[in-house]
Parts: sequence; C-alpha cells; structure tokens
Amino acid sequence: MTDRDFNHPIRLFRFVQPLLRPLSGADFVVLALMGVGLWAGVRLGQAVPEILQANEISLAPGVLPYYAVLSCGRMLAAYLLSLGFSLVYGTLAAKHRLAEKILLPLLDVLQSVPILSFLPVALLSFSAFLPLPVAVELAAIFLIFTSQAWNLTFAWYQSLRTLPRDLEEASTVFRFPAWLRFKSLELPFAAISLIWNSMMSWAGGWFFLMAAEMFSAGQRDFRLPGLGSYLQEAANQGSIPSLVWGLATMVGIIVLLDQLVWRPLLAWSEKFKLQLVESEYPLTSWFYDVLRGSFLVRALWQKTLLPVFAWLDQRLLTWFGPPGVRPAPETGRSWWRYLAAVVGVLLLGVGLWEVGRFLGRIPPGQWLALLEGLGATLVRVVAALVLAMAWTVPLGVLIGTNPRLAAVLQPLVQVVASIPATALFPVVLLFFLELPGGLNVAAIFLMLLGTQWYLLFNIIAGASAIPRDLHYTSILLRQSRWDRWRTLILPAIFPYVITGGITAGGGAWNASIVGEYVHFGGQSLTTTGIGAIIAQATAEGDYPLLLAATLVMILAVVSLNRLLWRRLYRLAEERYRLE
Amino acid sequence: MNARATLVELSQVSQVYWSGGRSFTAIQGVDLHLEEGEFVALLGPSGCGKSTLLRIITGLQTPTSGWVLYRGEPLRGVNPYATIVFQTFALFPWLTVLENVEVALKAKGVPAKLRTSRALDLLDRVGLDGFESAYPRELSGGMRQKVGFARAMAVEPELLCLDEPFSALDVLSAEALRGELLELWTGGNIPTKAILLVTHNIEEAVLLADRIVIMDKDPGRVITDVKVDYPQPRQRKDPRFLDLVDRVYMILAGHTQPEHLELGTAPGEPGRTRALPHISIDDLAGLVEHLDALPGNEADIYALARELHMSSDHLLQLIEAAEILGFATVAQGDITLTGLGETFAEASIPVRKEIFATRLRRVPIVRWLVGLLQAAERHQLRWDVVQKALELEFPAEEAERQLETVINWGRYAEILAYDDSSEIIYLEPGAARAAPL
Repeated sequence: MTDRDFNHPIRLFRFVQPLLRPLSGADFVVLALMGVGLWAGVRLGQAVPEILQANEISLAPGVLPYYAVLSCGRMLAAYLLSLGFSLVYGTLAAKHRLAEKILLPLLDVLQSVPILSFLPVALLSFSAFLPLPVAVELAAIFLIFTSQAWNLTFAWYQSLRTLPRDLEEASTVFRFPAWLRFKSLELPFAAISLIWNSMMSWAGGWFFLMAAEMFSAGQRDFRLPGLGSYLQEAANQGSIPSLVWGLATMVGIIVLLDQLVWRPLLAWSEKFKLQLVESEYPLTSWFYDVLRGSFLVRALWQKTLLPVFAWLDQRLLTWFGPPGVRPAPETGRSWWRYLAAVVGVLLLGVGLWEVGRFLGRIPPGQWLALLEGLGATLVRVVAALVLAMAWTVPLGVLIGTNPRLAAVLQPLVQVVASIPATALFPVVLLFFLELPGGLNVAAIFLMLLGTQWYLLFNIIAGASAIPRDLHYTSILLRQSRWDRWRTLILPAIFPYVITGGITAGGGAWNASIVGEYVHFGGQSLTTTGIGAIIAQATAEGDYPLLLAATLVMILAVVSLNRLLWRRLYRLAEERYRLE
Repeated sequence: MNARATLVELSQVSQVYWSGGRSFTAIQGVDLHLEEGEFVALLGPSGCGKSTLLRIITGLQTPTSGWVLYRGEPLRGVNPYATIVFQTFALFPWLTVLENVEVALKAKGVPAKLRTSRALDLLDRVGLDGFESAYPRELSGGMRQKVGFARAMAVEPELLCLDEPFSALDVLSAEALRGELLELWTGGNIPTKAILLVTHNIEEAVLLADRIVIMDKDPGRVITDVKVDYPQPRQRKDPRFLDLVDRVYMILAGHTQPEHLELGTAPGEPGRTRALPHISIDDLAGLVEHLDALPGNEADIYALARELHMSSDHLLQLIEAAEILGFATVAQGDITLTGLGETFAEASIPVRKEIFATRLRRVPIVRWLVGLLQAAERHQLRWDVVQKALELEFPAEEAERQLETVINWGRYAEILAYDDSSEIIYLEPGAARAAPL
C-alpha cells in the first residue's frame, strides 16, 4: 500500500465528460421524440374545444387527446398522492410498534373496502368546504387514489420490515442521518417492489377511471371531461365508432407509458437487485438505452439537473436530523398517551353509536336482500376464479416452461392485460345482452377480464421458477404427462396460484360493483348481487343501504382472506416452496 | 502498558432474552477492558455471544444489565468513535465502490469537495485503484471486504471492530487480507487506537492479536485471557506460534468430565440440559476413523485441525460429540480414542449403528424424548409439541436445532423415525418394545 497521492488530480479529472463528441443515433431518437412531443402539444392546444362545458362530454374523436391528457393528469395526481401516503403510512407502521398494531389491520380492512363506496363519502365531504367543481375533481382523484394506494403501502411497509440486517447495522454504525438512510438504504432496497407495484397501481387506476369521471349520487349527475367519461358516454349512447376511438386511445396511452416509463424504470432498477451476482437475463428497454446513450440527455443531466439534485440532497441532509443518536426506548407511558387513548375510544364509541342508528333505518327485508346479493356475488366470484384458473394454468405453464414461447407471447400478453376491463365491458355487453344469461353472466365475464391476469402472471413466474434439473429428472423417469403435472408442476406453481388468487379474488369483489349494475344504451341494467346493491344505493343516494352493503362486503372479504386464503398461503409457504 | 488510556470498559454485562415467558441468558457477567494500542481477539465457539458483545460495545445493542464505558463515559446510543467491518461486507449493492466509501464520509458531514479525494485515497491504500466505478457485485469476496475496510477507515475510528471479517472469504484472499490489515495497523498509518476482532478461528486470533479473550457458551461468558507477547511478524510454523495455538485449543476443548457431568440432565430435571453439537454422523465417523489410524489412537487437537483442513470451530464440535458419546476423551489439548471408539471405528455398519444406539440412549435429551414417545398414544408425537416442551430449556431457535439434531442422530441409530409431511416423530418399533431406561 504505497503512497500515490500525485495520481489523484488526474483521476479526479477523468470523471468529467469530454465536451465535444459527435451526436449518436440515440441523440437523434431523443431529438425526434422532443419534436413529436412539441408537435403533439401544439396540436392539443388547437384541438381543445372553444367552450368546454363540464357537463357535456363530446364524442368527437378530435377531443380525445385533450381528454386523455386530463385523465392522465388525474391519474398522475392520484398516483403522487398514493406514493406520498404510502411512504408516510408505511414508515409509521414499520417503525412504531404501537402504530403498527392499529395501522396494519386498518390497511387490511381499507383494501377490502369496495372502492366505489368511497365515492359519495369523498364527494360529500369535499363539497362541504370546497366549490362543487373542485370537489368533484378532487373526489375523482380520491377515488383513483383508493385504487392505487394500498398495494404500494404494503410494498413499502414490507420492504422496511425486511431490510437486510447487515446493511441496516452498517447504516446505524456509520450514523446515517435520516435522509441519507432513506436515500441510500430504504428507497433503493424498496425500489424494485415499488416500481412493480406502481405498475399495478396504474392498472388499477385505469380500471376505475370510468367510474371516477362520471357518476351520479342521488339526484345529481357529475361528469368530468376525460377519457373515462368519453368511453362511458359512448357506451350510453351506444356509439360503436366512438367506443373504438376511445379504446384505441386508451390502449395507445397504455402502450406508450409501458415503453417510455415503466420498461425504462424496470431496466434502470436492475441495479437495485440485492444479490451480489450479475443476473443472467437483465431486463432491457430500448428507450432506456436511448436515454443512456444520448449525449444530449447526459449533458442536460449533468449541467442542470445534477447540480440541483446535489444541492437538494445537501439541504435535505442537514434538515433531516443530525447523525441520529437513537433515544433510549421509552419505558413509562406518559399521561398524554392515556388521554389520547381515552379520547380515541370516546370518539369511536360515538361513531359506532351513530353507525348503529344509521343502520337501524334499514328495513329487515333489505337485510335479507343483502344476504341474497352477497351469496349471488360470491357464486360469481368463485365462478370467475375457476374459469380464470381453467385457462391460465395450462397457458401460464406453457409460457413459463418454454423460454422461446415466452419471448414471443410475454409482451403481447402484457399489452392485452393492461387494457382495463371496464373499458372493454361495453363491447362485451353488446354481445352478452343478446344471450339468455344477460347481465348475470356478463358480470362474471367482467370479473374474469379484470382478474385473470394476476393469475396468469403469477403462474408464468411460478412455472419459470421450476429448476431445469427437476424437469429433466421427470423426463428421465419417463413420467406420464399426468404424473408430471401431479408430482412436479402443480405442487411447484401452487404458491403462485395462491398469491395470484388472493389478488384476483379481491379484484373480483370490487369488479362486481361495476359489473352488476350498468348504464348502457340509455337504460340501467341490474342483476342480483351485492355489487348491484352498492352501485344502486350510490346512484339513488340511499346512504344507510350503501353503508350496510359496504360493511357486509368488507366483512365477507376480510373473513374470506383470514379463514381461507391465509391458511392456503401458509400451507403453500411451508410445503410447496421451491428453494 | 498500564499507563495507556483505557478505551472500553465493560463490567458485569449480561444480555438476557425473553421468549414464551422464560428467560435465556446469552451473555453472563462479562468484564472486559480494552486499552489504547491493543489488538484484542474475542474467540469462542459459535453461540457464545461474541458477536452480541461486539454489538454491545459499538452501541448497536443495549445490554440487559451492566456497565459499558467508553473513555470513562457511559455509552448512550451508537458509539461515534467505533465502527464495524462486517462478515457479510454490508456494502450497498446499488452504490459503486467509490460511492460506498463516500457515503460514510457523507454521513460524517465531510464537505462534498473533500469526499471524493478522501475516498479515492482510501481505495488507493487498500489497493483498489481502478475499481472506483465498479459495483460490489463485480468484485471478488476479498475485494469486497477491502471496500469494507476502506469504508471503515474513512470515518477514522478510534476503535475498529471486526466481526469475523475473513470467514466469508476463500483461504488465500483471507490470508492476503490479514497481512494487509496487519501492515496498516503496525505501520501506524491509520488513526485507529485499538482493534477488536471477533473470530472463531484460533490460528487467526493467535496470528493477529496481542491478547485473546476466550469465551465459552451456555451461557456465553469470558473464561480466560491469553496474552500473545511475541512480536509481529508471526510465522505459522514458529514453535512459539504452535505452542500458543495448542494452549488455546487446550482451553477451548477442556477436559472430558465424568460421564454424569459430561451428559448433563434431561429436560425438565433440575440442572442444565446439555445441548448437542449440530454435526453430522458421517463427519463424526470420519474423525473417529482418522484417530483410529493414528499411532496410539491419539492426537494433538491443533495438529488435527491442520491435518484435516478443518475450521477449529467445526473440529471442536465434532470432538464434543465424540466426548458425549464416549468415543474419545480430551485432556491437556490432546484427544484419545476410547476402547469403545476403537470398536466403533473398526465395526461394520450394522454393528456401528448398534453401538451408536446404545450410547445414544444414555444421552439425557434422547432418553427424555424416547420416554415421552413411549408414554404417548401409538408412540408418536407432533414435532411442534416436542419443540414447545424443549422451548422450556432452550430459546425457540436453539430448541428447533436441538430437535433436528436429536432426530438426525436418532434416525441413524434407528431409534426414532420422522415423517416430514405430517411432521410426526415416531418411535421405531424395535425401540418401542425396549424396556424404559
């Protein structure tokens, strides 16, 4: 270890980019993209209708780009809200024992609340202190938020609880300030899971976009200009060309987002993988390669953004705590905690009393109808799950065990899967309403459309995780096809089927609200089911019934999760996990 | 020596865990002091709480009772003058080599301009120039640990704590890195005033440290202090070196005690239940056969470790098992095969199993389990039931490992059977008929 100090100035200098370099192909792509972006912006400005009436949804294809921007804006606002919420809520739950005891079960319940039940509540409370147009806009964003936030929160919480012990100890021993710990340890460790969950959240957001942008509560009809309301209006008027235009726009946006945002993010996030081995098949993205290869982008980054970030980083470092000396754990509880607990219990008591009085207004006959509806929806959920498994298990295993097929089919499946079922639903209805089952069967189909993908993707993942040697062993043993399925494939994918099933089941219950009660071609159609009751109660402003139906559905979903899914999950974890 | 300032002082430090309403002592009444200029090794078998002790000294963990003083002041929170080099390196995989060192400087509040040059200087000193922009996953284990050392030195700690820093490396990298560490330390190029090395490798401790603090388990405690007062550089072939290694082995291997003391008591009975070492029967048989082939059926334990290329920790566990089963005795750092051990080594497989079974039935924890099974309906019990019972004697994790070992040995001896899918432990039919012991 010799002293070679004279080397340093030279080596330091190496980090500076050479300033003049010919533009690469990647730079041209970036330039072209910027040009297209500018053009689209100008076109958009021209396409905005002169007078926009909030209550009129235009079906002219020309307004679609404008509507799409509005919808994307709402989705983005809701997503940022979700992300902020997740970081705060998840951190509290992970770092404070007392908070964890309350926050975790609460989150469990929150995510089983049928999303659309949030809507009237949000709208009523927002309009109490805000002008109506703002309240409606906020209510829509809030509704989308409720479809995006919970899985992100869980992902963040899980990451914080599973931080590698040595890295955590290193951060503590080196006395990382709070900001540095967040930036260098917690966020990078959670990055991959956060990105995947963000993609899921956006898919959830698209699913409920239609419901969020156009709904009626009681006598009042609320419409927000956007892609969702466009599709719904098209369905209402039974206009096939408009439906096609709307769908095409939505698919286009989803594909664009996938190519320009999610794939690059995933490719970038490869570096956050924890294992200290290079992965054999890293995720790639052409757009990410373009951005990385582009001299222009790098120059922009280094000249403008990097200094800003460095400055911000330094500020945050000093704002958020000096090197943390952890305070000794509190042993005695201070009096204000007791006070807070007493006040909390009192408030809860008053709230429960009010809820009880509210529910008391419901005639006994309606309770029976509720139970009947619950049964009917349960049957549909089960049917949708069984149907989904019937086709996703064979196909998923086929794709998962065959890399060549996977390379061809995977991108295709991803695009198809990202089309929100609610947008397709009107088209599906056209077909099903002619059949004898009518909406009764169509609702199952909607659940299927919305949830089968969770199963498919999980099964593909499970099947591709089966070690090759086990396959070879099975072939060498000359096992029959059925024996191979029974002894190898089914046990290996079981944990993945369960994981997919939990998500799919939750989604199916939520879809019942959209699927069992629809406006189509100028009329309202309904079928027996708890989703129909919730949707109808919302539309008619029957709040006691809405509350009752929502509570019944939460109870059903939570107890199904606790009694059935969790047990299956534990069984899967203990018995069938391939290490 | 006595004039030098004391850095760390521990008095009567104990760490107690509670699980299921019972308490388990991980560390009991440890007194320890560390002076400026000292390189101290903390040596002991796995499970003796030496890593816990290191966490207590750095302030990562607060002991249940006792005093921890740093330069005479009680330690509150993380010790700002100490740092750790981790066994698992603990590098951030998403940061480059340079950034991994810089991040420690950043946490210390070093201004941005100085950080890069300081970090480059440190990487240079450990011989990593040229790898600044590499990610940890691109480096070999030895190079990763060099980054770990560079990062630790970046914060210029007074006390450098090394938590088994070489045990995850291959033999050659470990040896090279030990040499470099010594060079840094003896050269006085670093502001570090003392080094505390946690290890279970006896030769490593003798090679590096000025003083070896030897710990033992059940409960974790310091049993003695060995001074290594001959100067660096030390050679592994030096008689003084070999003599010291032999002495440390002697202390750690202890003496074989009379059988009733060696075996301890059964769970539920008064007294301490002897925990079985977690070793495989094949390794044990290998050791016994090796001894049988030696003249006089005896060997110096330290020499045995070299011959068998075995870590001292693993060898001591095998020896412990041989003592419990009565195959060998240990005295003065030498191991001698007993007559029974000799018979075992030369027997056919079925006879071996018979000998093993006879001896195993005398081990209290096995006797206890067989008794339970004989009393149980259809001579079978669920795993979790037995584990719950064992958790009255051992912490949950250790209870599980003990049960695993008992079942493993019991299967070999054909006393016990276990069905993994139903998680039920059975008595083998032959064993069921045998009279209760």
